Amino acid sequence: MKKTGFLYDERYLYHDTGSYHPETSERLPAIYQGIKDGGLLEKVKLLKAKPADLKWIETIHSRDYVRRFEEVCLCGNSCLDSTDNQMCTETFETAFLAVGGILDAARRVMEGELENVFCAVRPPGHHAEHAEAMGFCYFNNVAICAKYLQIEFGIKRVGIIDFDVHHGNATQHSFESDPTVFYYSIHEHPSFAFPGTGREFDQGVGEGTGFTKNSLALPGHGDREYKQLIQRDLIPAFEKFKPEMILVSTGFDGHEDDDMSGIRLSTDWYTWIMEIIMDMAEKYCKGRLISILEGGYCIERLPELARNHIKVLLGEK
Amino acid sequence: MFVSQSMTKKLITATGETDILEVGKIMKDNKIRHIPVVDDANILLGMVTDRDIRSVMPSVASEDFDSKEERDKLSELKVKDIMTTDLVTVSPLYTLQDVLLLFQKHHFGALPVIDDKRVLKGIISIRDLLRAFISVMGIGEPGALLCIVAEHKVGQMKKIVDIITAENISLGSILVARHWEEGKRAIFPYLLTHNVLRVKKKLQEAGYELLDPMKWHLEQLPKNE
Repeated sequence: MKKTGFLYDERYLYHDTGSYHPETSERLPAIYQGIKDGGLLEKVKLLKAKPADLKWIETIHSRDYVRRFEEVCLCGNSCLDSTDNQMCTETFETAFLAVGGILDAARRVMEGELENVFCAVRPPGHHAEHAEAMGFCYFNNVAICAKYLQIEFGIKRVGIIDFDVHHGNATQHSFESDPTVFYYSIHEHPSFAFPGTGREFDQGVGEGTGFTKNSLALPGHGDREYKQLIQRDLIPAFEKFKPEMILVSTGFDGHEDDDMSGIRLSTDWYTWIMEIIMDMAEKYCKGRLISILEGGYCIERLPELARNHIKVLLGEK
Repeated sequence: MFVSQSMTKKLITATGETDILEVGKIMKDNKIRHIPVVDDANILLGMVTDRDIRSVMPSVASEDFDSKEERDKLSELKVKDIMTTDLVTVSPLYTLQDVLLLFQKHHFGALPVIDDKRVLKGIISIRDLLRAFISVMGIGEPGALLCIVAEHKVGQMKKIVDIITAENISLGSILVARHWEEGKRAIFPYLLTHNVLRVKKKLQEAGYELLDPMKWHLEQLPKNE
């Protein structure tokens, strides 16, 4: 059995998005309950959040943006940059806790205490740009984690796999000219789905050319097409890149019961993809892997999906 | 949606006396394929394209294509000798729709824009049109596309927009297309939001069919011609 961590903190529920928002705090207790009901809490190391140091946030976001976020939040405004990004006065602090919890988890993995971690954080991150909140995201958790690993632990090649059904525009932007971070995303075609980026022809910029890869699926497509794309695009790309560390932007919103997209993935696909990623982590990264929650809005499906996710991380499936 | 707002105003021009080899170099250096030809008062005289230049170049298949003789002959050629003078032009007050139809009709790549006195004001190319339509469609901004089938009758759009507005969602654009079923329209609102869950539900509750985009085939539509 693997040494697996599970980052969960009730303070992540303080980020209140108001009524009728898909990115609701109910998502996390659903995930926690699913893992608990599977008898897995005893098998994982439960990690609590701690606030991030500002210097790590600033590896991706501008100081002006962080200050603006703080001010807008503490003034009691209900959103930042777009009405999509609903928030409360606790949001700023919660966003710091999300990043901090992930960096602490990454440190534990690097120091050998854990092999892999599932970080069930809120708010999510992959849409948050350098100086703009977007798509329910404020700080780009996964991108900051990649920077942290490089700067603090000298990791030379970070591989990011983003299977949230929406393209991680901001993660791509953060690393599109950086050949040391490979960003792979599989998502619903941007002509139909938010945020409208992540085209097949985006392959990186300048020195980073060849280190960005997008696989697109059309609405209505599901397991079969997704599996084909992963085999065709992800596996050979990582075989060539050989990441020293794998970060996963885990989004459960491509599930057939999740109405946020037209993609129809089964519960089993999510187990399948994690097995593929675990294999790659074994092969290239000494098993080191950090999974970070992005989207996934079907409260009824989250418990089982999270349970299966942890089972694969533990090496049980 | 006027030409004046979308045309390229920073122009590279030639005179009738410019050498064609020089014009070819200007095109290559600036990655352009159309150069308007003007006189001292900026009055439009003609247009020279990369194709005009290529057509007077000796064929590389011929034996003496790089001979001194050929080069001398080419260096004597001036823009006025090869430019097109029988031009279709547009005024700055033409609309982008006018230009779209002109491009479709004549297979142009770019058109000179002149005022009543034939003074050159700009040039409008397919590239400018693309930029304008990307902006009109809102696809440079983050958002999600819905596909709705609605009866073709007055008031449908209002209902749809009301539902979207009640959800506090901004619109990037709305495109309306004919549907293959008689009396129906396909409506494509581009919503500037990540949050499409509730608006989709509200539309369905109001009786609208959300079209599966995979079932949307333009080739099934009746053709214009």
